[in-house]
Amino acid sequence: MDYITTVLIKNGLVVAFLVTGIVMYLSETISIKLLNKKIPGSAIAIISGLIMAYIGGVSTGGNKGIADIKQLSGFELMGGAMLRDFAIVSTAMGASFAIIKKTGLAGVVSLFVGVILSFFTGAAIAVGFGYRDAASITTIGAGACTFVVGPVTGTAVGATSDVVAISIAAGVVKSILVTIGTPFIARFIGLNNPQSAMIYGGLMGTTSGTAAGLAATDPKLVPYGAMTATFYTGLGCLLCPSVLYVFVKIFFG
Amino acid sequence: MLVRGVALLAGCFIIGQLIGETLGKWLHIDANVGGVGFAMILLILSQNELQKRGLFSKEMEDGVMFWSKMYIPIIVAMSAIQNVRVALSSGMVALLAGIVPIIVCLATMPFISKLIKHEQ
Repeated sequence: MDYITTVLIKNGLVVAFLVTGIVMYLSETISIKLLNKKIPGSAIAIISGLIMAYIGGVSTGGNKGIADIKQLSGFELMGGAMLRDFAIVSTAMGASFAIIKKTGLAGVVSLFVGVILSFFTGAAIAVGFGYRDAASITTIGAGACTFVVGPVTGTAVGATSDVVAISIAAGVVKSILVTIGTPFIARFIGLNNPQSAMIYGGLMGTTSGTAAGLAATDPKLVPYGAMTATFYTGLGCLLCPSVLYVFVKIFFG
Repeated sequence: MLVRGVALLAGCFIIGQLIGETLGKWLHIDANVGGVGFAMILLILSQNELQKRGLFSKEMEDGVMFWSKMYIPIIVAMSAIQNVRVALSSGMVALLAGIVPIIVCLATMPFISKLIKHEQ
């Protein structure tokens, strides 16, 4: 039996293509036959992916979801940042530059509102849970931005590793919730045109969450949401350990 | 040739990443600032430019479209490698710090949407 495992590991990426294809086929079938297309097949597939990640994490104790199961380690390449960003960029084909330019200002506003508001909400929650030192409060606030901003900020301001871990977890929770929630709230917030997708990307910030959530809502909106979301982590890494940290220090110095 | 489309996409991607990393270095932050965004703008502009000169063939478009269609499967694979276990077991601080900011930010969406309507 060992040689089967060896074949699967050696051809990891191809195995990931196969498994993802099967998951998507099943999700599409469930969507059409059982749910009357009320929930899009891609949304079911993404949620199935998260469930697989949970199973992988629990059964191996690792941090890479299903990729920790060595027969399925090819998922790390297929779902990793390189192919993800490559595919996101390709969705820009046919996107309208005119709309991007026209919504530019609102996009920038939404980025600043998104980062600053997320930071202070996260910081307030940290204070509510009894944190009283500026470094911890700032790091948890940064984690409420994205799971990259949290650890980058934590390292910069010298937070302890358990606080950094909380900030990463907060960012992951955010990205998962945006992934699952976007198709369901889209109707209520008018998320059905490129302009609102750009604002949504700026407010939410998690590139993976926004892009996955929009893909399940309406694939045509993906490039617009991803366009602003891609600046969010950079802006967060810029503001959190500097201006926002100094601001927190005034109250918890 | 199909591969010319893939190469165009790859070129835009790499240049975008380099711009994002350079911007990060200049700003002294350890992150890529808008690399994907710059790459997307490059792709849109170069597509327009090539079309104007009649150099953009259907096959070339197919090379880019393939990846565009692979996008959702890649996102499904990405979901499958998230650290869901830790996210669900990190306690209330992490859960609330992940959930509440989304709701607060969403509440501002109508106001920002009005801002663009006002502008136009």
